[in-house]
Amino acid sequence: MYQVVARERLAPGIVSLRILAPDVARTHKAGQFVILRIDEFGERIPLTVADKDPGTGTITLIFQEVGKTTYELAELGPGSALLDLAGPLGRPTEVEKFGTTVSIGGGIGIPLLYPITKAFREAGNHVISILGARTKGLLVLEREMGAVSHVLRICTDDGSYGIHGFVTQELERMLKRGDPVDRVLGVGPVPMMRVLCELTRPYGIKTLVSLNPIMVDGTGMCGACRCEVDGKTVYACVDGPEFDGHQVNFDLLMKRLSMYKGQELISLEKHKERMRAPSGEARS
Amino acid sequence: MTADAKRAKTLPRQPMPEQAPCERAHNFREVALGYTAELACREAARCLQCKKPKCIQACPVEVDIPQFIARIREKDFLGAARILKEKNSLPAIAGRVCPQESQCESACILGKKAEPCAIGRLERFVADYERNAGKVQLPKIAPPVGLRVGVIGSGPAGLTLAGELVKHGFSVTVFEALHEPGGVLVYGIPEFRLPKDIVKAEVDYLRRLGVEFKPNYVIGKVATVDDLLQSGCDAVFIGTGAGAPLFLNIPGENLCGIYSANEYLTRSNLMKAYRFPDYSTPIARGKKVAVFGGGNVAMDSARTALRLGAEEVTVIYRRTKTEMPARAEELHHAEEEGVRFQLLTAPMAFLGNEGGWVRAVRCNPMRLGEADATGRRRPILIEGETLDIEIDTAIVAIGNRSNPLVPSTTAQLDLNRWGNIVADPDTGKTSRDRVWAGGDIVTGAATVILAMGAGRKAALDILRTFGVATADGVPAVA
Repeated sequence: MYQVVARERLAPGIVSLRILAPDVARTHKAGQFVILRIDEFGERIPLTVADKDPGTGTITLIFQEVGKTTYELAELGPGSALLDLAGPLGRPTEVEKFGTTVSIGGGIGIPLLYPITKAFREAGNHVISILGARTKGLLVLEREMGAVSHVLRICTDDGSYGIHGFVTQELERMLKRGDPVDRVLGVGPVPMMRVLCELTRPYGIKTLVSLNPIMVDGTGMCGACRCEVDGKTVYACVDGPEFDGHQVNFDLLMKRLSMYKGQELISLEKHKERMRAPSGEARS
Repeated sequence: MTADAKRAKTLPRQPMPEQAPCERAHNFREVALGYTAELACREAARCLQCKKPKCIQACPVEVDIPQFIARIREKDFLGAARILKEKNSLPAIAGRVCPQESQCESACILGKKAEPCAIGRLERFVADYERNAGKVQLPKIAPPVGLRVGVIGSGPAGLTLAGELVKHGFSVTVFEALHEPGGVLVYGIPEFRLPKDIVKAEVDYLRRLGVEFKPNYVIGKVATVDDLLQSGCDAVFIGTGAGAPLFLNIPGENLCGIYSANEYLTRSNLMKAYRFPDYSTPIARGKKVAVFGGGNVAMDSARTALRLGAEEVTVIYRRTKTEMPARAEELHHAEEEGVRFQLLTAPMAFLGNEGGWVRAVRCNPMRLGEADATGRRRPILIEGETLDIEIDTAIVAIGNRSNPLVPSTTAQLDLNRWGNIVADPDTGKTSRDRVWAGGDIVTGAATVILAMGAGRKAALDILRTFGVATADGVPAVA
């Protein structure tokens, strides 16, 4: 069992859980993820590790309530525990002194961007971060990202905070201005990552994206997470999750992500029904 | 010929009670129901009790078969279980999934003139009897020898080795990447062939002996083999199996609805997707399912698809039934349940719809040519004809290669050109000091019993290496 030691709602629909997992906290590197299962009935889902503290043996997971499992996860708090948690999984981010790095993320991609950006900073890069959210209230980790970035730009779709517009528009302005950029790392919704890669492609700037396909075991055993990069099949769980964005087949990723849409809705409905039911009702 | 032998030959081999095909094709309960005590005694009476039995040598772990059958005849079922467990620590599992027809039963003298004695069914009966009676006895555990072994992977090889060494006073920790110990026994083999409660009982038995299990522990990520050796393990055994799926490498293979057998079976078996939505893991419940391959895993996949509600399940195979590596019993069960076979047919491409789902597989007819290195006749493409088979789900069950997670993070560990660990077949010794390996990670995809045999051999070699006396009190010689 993996004890939940703290829980915080960062924004509507976005929750942070601190979990006791000393082995992961000790060995995790930026870019890696964990796979967890809440209980006996649960599915295995991958979540990126937003932060870790080897001293207390805890890791921080930040996620958005989108489906049954993340809603259930959001209901956990101190005193409850996860049945299973495996990690760290995936390859760590390639971190070295590139020069100027741009960390660009939207929505729930920001928590993954944070440890990577921190690592870029520690490696001596000039770190620019461009963060986006639909609206001000949905923006997370602004303070943390600010602390590890030399330049922090915030964009909101509705203009409620920072620059009115998308993160990709802000990057485009930078590129057009001729600002030096040596490495871009983007994490966020698939359409955002796709646009981002199209922007940097003409400039030949190495652009890495962290992919989030459906996974089961997370150790290269099943192939559920297969993606296409440079026309070749790769497994995001062991070959990634970061890949050269200019080579990624985003269309395939989108389609494979929607593979269980129907069942996911059934699961979520069932979960909501249970939430509405009188408490203490046994699980069927 | 003795009177007994004459009588044995006239007794028919007792059939295994089974769920009717039409019924079982729609549920996940075990297909074979097991012998009753009466059936077991009747079958045991057929054994010739040969003075020079051939069956023992034909068993990868050399179970004293005539002896355990003799106990059944005396209705001493617990005594039979004790004899079985001297050599085979997982008899309830081996009795279900061993290919007896090509091992012990193929060597049975009775089989020359009549049908061989049903050794596997008897083994299963005895193990089930002991477990169901709640009479599973713990063997004597030797006093601690002050040695620690780390076992990577909790499949049949690792479980067998763990059981052997813990009995000899080793402190044993088994590291498992998934959340449930058992390896292929829990993620691969379906409930209807090997109920998961049985695997759980075997794992619990090892726990009671003192084996420590660490699930969710991915060696190669959270720690390496070297970390284990440096942090207190005197020996490490690698039994990580052949857990990386092969795909067909044809166009369209990443369309939605196309699974590796590993994924399909893991979703259904380990994650219990067949009980969705009570269990949260989803699985495609296709109406028209194609399975590629001709081994036991292909049969398991096809039969799982039927149970998940498919209207039509077709096994597509490049050669003919004669060349199929699946056990005769599995093939027979699949046919009985209504699985169809499209033989001498090779997939060339998957075709998708606009949503990115598979809608058909384009195939090419084949004919058989000369025998290849494996002795099977090689399939040859018949040019110019193709055939589109409409499907909405596909399962690729053409084999596995070794998972590189452990080998690639262990320095100076010799691998062969397929990425399997090179280990002495008699001892499991690898090129690394204090590191042993066995099972599919060494041999490539093989059987549960061979993996168990490898686990046992490695355990014995570890005892020899560390100078620990074996169970019969003989001091082992290094």
